Amino acid sequence: MKLKGTQILLKALEEENVDIIFGYPGGAVLDIYDELYKSSMKHILVRHEQGAVHAADGYARATGKVGVCLVTSGPGATNTVTGIATANMDSIPLVVFTGQVPTGLIGNDAFQECDITGITRPCTKHNFLVRNIEDLAATIKEAFHIARSGRPGPVLVDLPKNVMAAAAEYDPASIKIRNHEPAYRPAFKKMNNLLEMLTAAKKPLIMTGGGVILGKASDLLTKMAQKYQIPVTGTLMGLGSFPGTDPLWLGMLGMHGTYYANMAVSHCDLLLAVGVRFDDRVTGNIDTFAANAKIVQVDIDPSSINKNVAVDLPIIGDTQAALKDLIKFLDEHNYEFDKSQRQEWLDQIDDWREKVPLSYCKNGEVIKPQFVIETLYKLTKGDAIITTEVGQNQMWTAQFFHFDNPNTFVSSGGLGTMGFGLPAAIGVKCAFPDKHVVDIAGDGSIQMNIQELATAAQYKINVKIVLLNNGYLGMVRQWQELFYEKRYSHTDMTYAPDFVKLAEAFGVVGMRATKPEEVEAVLKEGLALDKPVLMDFRVSREECVYPMVHPGDSINNMSLGSRETIN
Amino acid sequence: MEKKEHIISILVHNKPDVLARIAGILGGKGYNIESLCVNTTTQYEISKIVMTTVGTQDIITRIENQLQRLVDVIQVDDLTNVESIHRELVMVRLNLTPDRKEQIKKAVDTNKWKVIASADTYMILEITGDQSQIDFALARLEPLGIADMTRTGIVALNLEN
Ligand SMILES: Cc1ncc(C[n+]2csc(CCOP(=O)(O)OP(=O)(O)O)c2C)c(N)n1
Ligand SMILES: [Mg+2]
Repeated sequence: MKLKGTQILLKALEEENVDIIFGYPGGAVLDIYDELYKSSMKHILVRHEQGAVHAADGYARATGKVGVCLVTSGPGATNTVTGIATANMDSIPLVVFTGQVPTGLIGNDAFQECDITGITRPCTKHNFLVRNIEDLAATIKEAFHIARSGRPGPVLVDLPKNVMAAAAEYDPASIKIRNHEPAYRPAFKKMNNLLEMLTAAKKPLIMTGGGVILGKASDLLTKMAQKYQIPVTGTLMGLGSFPGTDPLWLGMLGMHGTYYANMAVSHCDLLLAVGVRFDDRVTGNIDTFAANAKIVQVDIDPSSINKNVAVDLPIIGDTQAALKDLIKFLDEHNYEFDKSQRQEWLDQIDDWREKVPLSYCKNGEVIKPQFVIETLYKLTKGDAIITTEVGQNQMWTAQFFHFDNPNTFVSSGGLGTMGFGLPAAIGVKCAFPDKHVVDIAGDGSIQMNIQELATAAQYKINVKIVLLNNGYLGMVRQWQELFYEKRYSHTDMTYAPDFVKLAEAFGVVGMRATKPEEVEAVLKEGLALDKPVLMDFRVSREECVYPMVHPGDSINNMSLGSRETIN
Repeated sequence: MEKKEHIISILVHNKPDVLARIAGILGGKGYNIESLCVNTTTQYEISKIVMTTVGTQDIITRIENQLQRLVDVIQVDDLTNVESIHRELVMVRLNLTPDRKEQIKKAVDTNKWKVIASADTYMILEITGDQSQIDFALARLEPLGIADMTRTGIVALNLEN
C-alpha cells in the first residue's frame, strides 16, 4: 500500500523508537503537523526553534538516544542553526527535520525559502535534501544511523512540501542503507605498547572526556582506574564519566580546573587521554602541556588525534571497545604496578590537594554563588541532572557539584552557547520526569531563551532554575577585571526584569533569596514543589572563578584568587 | 617540516553537493585547494576527485582525516607517496595576426603541437603533459602571443594498486 510522505515520516520515526519531538509549525510543515494531529506521537511545542534543538539536545545527552526536532522552512530553519552548531561541537546525536518549499520553487527565492542544507553544511555531521518521495524512508533511516554511529552528531533532513504530499510504498524491512559505523579495533601491537608504557610509568594519570560518555564507557574507565589505582582528571564534557566522589577523582583540568588536577597533568609521566580532543581551554600553553608525560590518546575520530597535542601512542577506536580490549589485555598479561610507588604518586597529589583545595571566600553578608551550588548538591545528595548556561555559573557548577554518573551533567562545552540550559533542562525532564532536573543559570544567559518558561508551564515540565543573579555578564566582566583594568564595557546587566514576577507571568513559580541564610530554605521549597520554579539568588556581584589559568599560560601557572574567609 | 605539493585522490559518492562539502570543509579550516579535477568513474554513482594542495605532511594528514569524516567520502589516497603518473591538459588560442602568422605556423610545426581547431584568424592547440612539460610549452608559446588559454587541474593515477 502506498503512504503519503507525511505518513512515512511518522512511521519511520516510530521505527527508530522516537518517543518525543520538539518542534514548531509553519507553512511548509502544515501537512506534517496535520499528520501529527492524528497520531499518538508526543510533540512539545517550544516557543522558539533554538529552544527545540537545545531541548532535543538535552534529551539526547541525558538518555544517550537521538534527539528529534521538527521546524518549518526559512526562518524556522535558520533559527535552529545555533542549536545545531552546539550539538555538533559536542558530538550530540540529533535529527533535525526542516520544512522546505516545493522542489519546483527551490532556487527561486520563494516565500520562506532558504538553503538550509547549504547553511548547515559546516555545522552538521551530514545533511540531506529529500528530492524524491522514493528516497524519503531510506533517507530518514540513514539520518538516524549517521547521527548515532561512530562519532555522533547532528543530521539535518530538509523536506520539500510536495515530496511530503506525494505517496510511495513503505516497507521498513526492505530499506537498505550504507553502513557508517567505523570498523576500527585497536591492534594487538598498540595494546602491547600501552602495557609497556603503563609498566614503565611511575606517575600515570587518566584524562577522561565526552567521548567516554558518548561511548558508554564510563563503567569500564572507572573499573580500570580503580583496579589499577590510577588517578583521574576530566574535561568539562567528561564530568560524570568517573565518580566525582571517588578519592581518585581530581576534578576538572584546564583554565578553571583544580590546582591539583593541573599539577598532576604537569607532573605525570604517562597521560592516558580517553575521548578528549585537547581543546585550548583544557591545555593552556600547548608547549608545556603534560611536558613530562608520554601521551596515549584513545579516540574514535582520527581527526582528533595529533590535532592540538602531539601524541606518542594514538589508539583509534570507540572508547568502549578500546577500554574493553585494554582491560582484558592488561588482565591477561598480568599487568602489575608497584604499590608503594603508586602510593607515593597519590600522596603527592593529595599534598597538592591539601595545599590548594577547591574553595572560595565564604561570607555571611552576601550570597556566594558557590555556596548556592554546594547547598543544592547537599540537598539533592547529588541525585539530580544538572544543566547549565554559560559563563561563571557553568564553571562553578563544574567545580562545586560532584557528578557521580554519566549523562547527569548537561552543558554546552565546545560552542559555549548562552541560552542552552533552560531548553536543555526541558528536554532532560521530558526523559526523566521523576528526577530533579535543575538549570544552574546566569542572569544574562537565562534571558536568551527565557520564552521557554511558557513551554515548561504549559506541559507541566517541572524543571528548576537556580539563577545565580550577579547583575553582570559575569565571565566577561571577570576578563575585563583581570585583563582590561576593570573597564566594564557593556557587561553590567543591572537593568533586568524582576525575575520572580517574570516567572509568575509565565505561570512558573518565582522565588528569591537575598541573604545567605535564606538559600537553603528557598532551594528546599523550590525543589519540593511539583511545579516549574525559578529561584532568583542575588549573589555577590564581582565574584571571580578561581583557580584560573590565564589564556596562553601553562596550566600549572594558576592564579588562585583570594581564598580567605571574611565573616 | 617541509611544505610540498601533494596530489590527493578522493573517491566519493556522486551526490549534487559533494564538491561543496569538500570545498567547504577544506576552505572552512583554512586549507587551500591548488587544483581540482572531478569526474565519474566506471561506476556512475561514484566520482573521483583529484586535488592538489600544498602543505607539510602534518597538514596533509589533517586534510585526509577531515575528508574521511565526510559521509560521502569513500576513500582518500595521497598519490604523492606512491608511484603515480600525472597529466594536465591546456588549450591555447593563438590569434593569427598578419605579422605573426608565419612565425606561429613554423613554431607549431617544429614543436609538433596538436592543432584541434583553426581558421584564418586563429589556431587552437591542445597540449598534454605533466606540470613541467606544460610549463615548458607555455614558456615557448608566450612570445607568440597567447590570446587565451584554459588549463585543467592535475589528474593522476597510481601505477600499481
Ligand atoms: C550566545 C552567546 N553570546 C555571547 C557569549 C559570550 N559570553 C560568554 S560568558 C558570557 C556572560 C554570561 O553571563 P551570565 O549568563 O550572567 O553568566 P555569569 O558569567 O554571570 O554567571 C558571555 C556574554 C556566549 N558564550 N554565548
Ligand atoms: Mg551573570
